[in-house]
Amino acid sequence: MRARLRAIAPPLVVLAVAIGLWQLLVWALDVPDWLFPAPSAIAADFGRDGGLLARNGWVTLREVLLGYAVAVIGGVALGVLLHASGALRRALYPILLASQTVPVVVLAPILAIALGYDLAPKLAIVALVCFFPIVVGAVDGLRSVDDHYRRLMLTLDASRVAIFRRVEFPASLPSLFSGLRVAAAYAAVGAVFGEWSGASAGLGYVMLQASPALATARIFAAIALLSAISLALFALVSLAERVAAPWARQERARAG
Amino acid sequence: MRKAFGDVVALDGVDLAVPRHGRLAVVGQSGGGKSTLLSLVAGLLEPDAGTVRVDGAGDARGRLAGCALMPQKDLLLPWRSALDNAILALQNRGMPRPQARELARPLFEALGLGSFEGSWPGELSGGMRQRVAFLRTLLAGKDVLLLDEPFGALDSITRAQMQEWLLEALAYEPRTVVLVTHDVEEALFVADRVAVLSRRPGRIVAEFEVDFPREGPRREIVTEPAFVVLRVQLLKALE
Repeated sequence: MRARLRAIAPPLVVLAVAIGLWQLLVWALDVPDWLFPAPSAIAADFGRDGGLLARNGWVTLREVLLGYAVAVIGGVALGVLLHASGALRRALYPILLASQTVPVVVLAPILAIALGYDLAPKLAIVALVCFFPIVVGAVDGLRSVDDHYRRLMLTLDASRVAIFRRVEFPASLPSLFSGLRVAAAYAAVGAVFGEWSGASAGLGYVMLQASPALATARIFAAIALLSAISLALFALVSLAERVAAPWARQERARAG
Repeated sequence: MRKAFGDVVALDGVDLAVPRHGRLAVVGQSGGGKSTLLSLVAGLLEPDAGTVRVDGAGDARGRLAGCALMPQKDLLLPWRSALDNAILALQNRGMPRPQARELARPLFEALGLGSFEGSWPGELSGGMRQRVAFLRTLLAGKDVLLLDEPFGALDSITRAQMQEWLLEALAYEPRTVVLVTHDVEEALFVADRVAVLSRRPGRIVAEFEVDFPREGPRREIVTEPAFVVLRVQLLKALE
């Protein structure tokens, strides 16, 4: 518990100091709220627009979670497939890597044309953004297994499936979770881009509506809520890693 | 038999036989094709010329079915307890985990690891990890155990203890053993026959019967005149 506190305390202190400075500067320089709102103004907006933010936050949260889930299922499945077939890996992996030169978020308008203005295009863009780090994490993790383990398992009567199930898959979890954490950080960005390309709800939509009205505090409130969603997803993934691969932390600690 | 990798001839003209429940040690310098020899016996590699038979089986699949390999690195899986690492082969053959555990427990008890069943590999000392790795090899239920420098990474005190423990374990569960090592004393203490492998290309340059009685504590055995004489002969053959 004390160790946890020691880990959490320093960034919290920095954050508190930064917010305090921000507040002081806005007061001292008398910056108008529509130009750059003080933290107090943003907090006040949460009180004023609480219902609106909650409603739209829920829409975005759903897009993030569903898109992320699709990416996890698809990414892990493709990772396993690429691992199982050398021919497939040689054919597809370079293309997958090269595909990342296209910034996925710019596909949002195209997806909106193809899939309409409902949940589907947002879900697709979130899934596309999250997909890549998950596949790479899975493939790298599965390939990281020392060949000595495979030889050992062969003399222990292991089938290909048994080697995958008892050695390769568990061994890949730390790397897979690294990919899952990166993807968790990207997911909210994907959702907002999806909403900017055409939506009638969601935090991205709230921002677009607030901008011409110069309701800058509301934009900031939406950003704060969005980053809270990202943080929660990130924490959830870290928790899942601790449950699924408790040995990974010890191994890292020993290696480090 | 003969085995080369590209231009590098690892083994050439190697001809060895081990009777059932016999214990053969192969000594040689590091990088001298000793591990290749075990891979060939285990069916993980095929010889370029000659034949390898394990209990009559000459094909790789048959050899693989008859041998269990214990590598120098323990290769314990960090996500499995000591007991669950040891039952890998049983599970690989389709036995449900609870049943495999029941089967393995008496062996842990008999060989002094009873209180370590539930330990994680990260919590065990190097010697204990090798013991668990050996039990994993035993529980594969194969007649032939291939031990590849099993105690090479341990300090000399632990290594001496492990050699005694290994003999106890083999008395409890007799198996045919091929032990590869660069430790002459270990070979003479554990095996009943010692073959000396030369540097590349690896050939068998000498073979010794270990025919003096080995009873009593290790420290007495290794200082007996017969032991010392053989040790000197072996070291000479290695030069």
